[in-house]
Amino acid sequence: MGVAVKPKLAVYKFASCDGCQLSLLDCEDELLAVAGEVEIANFPEASRAVAPGPYDVSLVEGSITTPHDAERIKQVREESRFVVTIGACATAGGIQALRNFKDVREFISLVYARPEYIQTLATSTAIADHIHVDFELRGCPINKYQLIELISALLRGRKPNIPKHSVCMECKLRGTVCVTVAQGTMCLGPVTQAGCGAICPAFDRGCYGCFGPKETPNTASLSAWLKDKGGKSPDELVRAFRGFNAYADAFRKESEAHE
Amino acid sequence: MSERTIKVDYLARVEGEGALYLKIKDNKVEDVKLKIFEPPRFFEAFLRGRDFWEAPDITARICGICPIAYELGASYAMEDACGVTVGGQLRELRRLIYCGEWIESHILHMAMLHAPDFLGYQDAIQMAKDHPGVVRDALRLKKIGNDIMVLLGGREIHPINLCVGGFYKVPKKRDVRALMPDLEWGREATIALIKLIKTFPMPDFKQDYEFVAMRHPKEYAIIEGRLVSNKGIDIPIRDYDKTLVESQVPHSTSLHTHVVGRDTCHVGPLARYSLNFDQLTPLCQQTAREAGLGPACFNPFQSILVRGIEVLYAFEESIRIVQQYEEPDAPRVEVKPRAATGYGCTEAPRGICYHRYTIDEGGIIRDVKIVSPTAVNQPTIERDLRRFVEPNVGMTDEKLQWHCEQAIRNYDPCISCSCHFLKLTVERS
Repeated sequence: MGVAVKPKLAVYKFASCDGCQLSLLDCEDELLAVAGEVEIANFPEASRAVAPGPYDVSLVEGSITTPHDAERIKQVREESRFVVTIGACATAGGIQALRNFKDVREFISLVYARPEYIQTLATSTAIADHIHVDFELRGCPINKYQLIELISALLRGRKPNIPKHSVCMECKLRGTVCVTVAQGTMCLGPVTQAGCGAICPAFDRGCYGCFGPKETPNTASLSAWLKDKGGKSPDELVRAFRGFNAYADAFRKESEAHE
Repeated sequence: MSERTIKVDYLARVEGEGALYLKIKDNKVEDVKLKIFEPPRFFEAFLRGRDFWEAPDITARICGICPIAYELGASYAMEDACGVTVGGQLRELRRLIYCGEWIESHILHMAMLHAPDFLGYQDAIQMAKDHPGVVRDALRLKKIGNDIMVLLGGREIHPINLCVGGFYKVPKKRDVRALMPDLEWGREATIALIKLIKTFPMPDFKQDYEFVAMRHPKEYAIIEGRLVSNKGIDIPIRDYDKTLVESQVPHSTSLHTHVVGRDTCHVGPLARYSLNFDQLTPLCQQTAREAGLGPACFNPFQSILVRGIEVLYAFEESIRIVQQYEEPDAPRVEVKPRAATGYGCTEAPRGICYHRYTIDEGGIIRDVKIVSPTAVNQPTIERDLRRFVEPNVGMTDEKLQWHCEQAIRNYDPCISCSCHFLKLTVERS
């Protein structure tokens, strides 16, 4: 009939804090415009109405931590043209991946009196460990402007403009004095992917790596500097790399090197 | 003999994953379960062995909607353990950023998650087609809350500028003062929103609750106070564990809370409003009366109005803080760790959020307990559902299901938080 069909957007949640999908509702100035361009077909946090798949773009938040979710994610792949993982949990296992370094059975008994009621996997893993992922947005939480850029790019059929360089570049662009050089503050900026706008150094604190490793990060060099010139202990280095992207390959290896 | 079940496998317009199961036999409710299948998240376990300084950033990740409740609850507990008090402008800034979180979270819930139920829309985007001005104003109100979070915290979700002892960097006086025009617009727009909500059809459903909230001698409690109730609780936060106890149920990854020796309790906006009405501003009290509210409110469906009054309070309190703000000399009070147990409790948008930490002399965390407001409210929500369904059992499954969802959303449940939430199943027989 010649009626333009709007692309369908779906939003899925796995183990997570809801913060990354909230970023979409936090686009107060852009939300109604986005809703004009795409059909928000399946977004339970915002709507009761669910339109059946397949979907053009599925945003996936959270990590895989239960046997049920390990199956559910396969269904998401089957009914989606593009699967985009949003945030540190979906791209690297998130803070939940701290369990990967310990015995999860001990964790269950610490939190729950009746462990037999609880179903959980020993690990918290990234979505890409289970299915093919077309694009990922980093961050704990993601940057909402990167989310708008990504949706716009996919709608126009172009590659999203998401830089892979380090947080250091953003500090320079912002004119922030280096907190490590000037104050000896522990900062993961040199090895962390840009995207947040280098907020932490602008507030006089070091980056804690919530966007995960940049392309080709030299974590060993940063650790050596922090140890020799910054006086940081191995325990402090382990904790620094073992944060919200603890199971991202480069950060995992670096934390293990100091254990 | 008739039996029916109503099931909602994945509850919408709530934060996190939950389901509802309702079994009706011979027009009597046989079983109600608010199932929480949000995967268990083991924050209490992750925190063991971490530095006390890391607790605000790590616990923020329990919830993307109310990170301030976790960042500040953890900070207050650590300060309590280390014998430090944070006062003056730093305390005012803590209240200001918390007002930002109340505005952002309450408006999100009122306008985008709850209002569509009263007006019969699937969601706020559908509602925006018929009521564009209302949705646009609500989005602007929400944005003002977020602007406060960004100015003081660096970003809306998981702010980076809060720490044990205060802040990494305090905002400039001129940047804080620049919030004023938006805050003044927000105060008026909130009054207009409350007047509109007053016209919504409101089910008559008064319940006998034990309301539990914090109370402070000098202010509408948000960040500090004693724990009080309308049935006799009046304790310092450190006695929390002797008064409120948790138990585990098979259908939930969230723990259930009861008052020792008594029943379930109710936390959140209705509890705060009903226990601390005398401490609201004259404008809030007058606006509440004009909206048809008394000095206490026992109808959970009216929570949407009470949230509006709290948003109004948050705007007025923000204006007060902004007007008197002077940059403090230091961004934080120095906190030296010592071996001790500390307690912290703040009023998250959904109700009290309790933290307890034991740390050693080097500041390493040895033991943790955190209780989210939704965990406390979960059994109360189930009780509400049971009492709401019985007189309304004649409704069609579809209508009953929607009303049950609305009754759940009265609590703005945050399921992500509570697991450390929602599908609806109604089974009729």
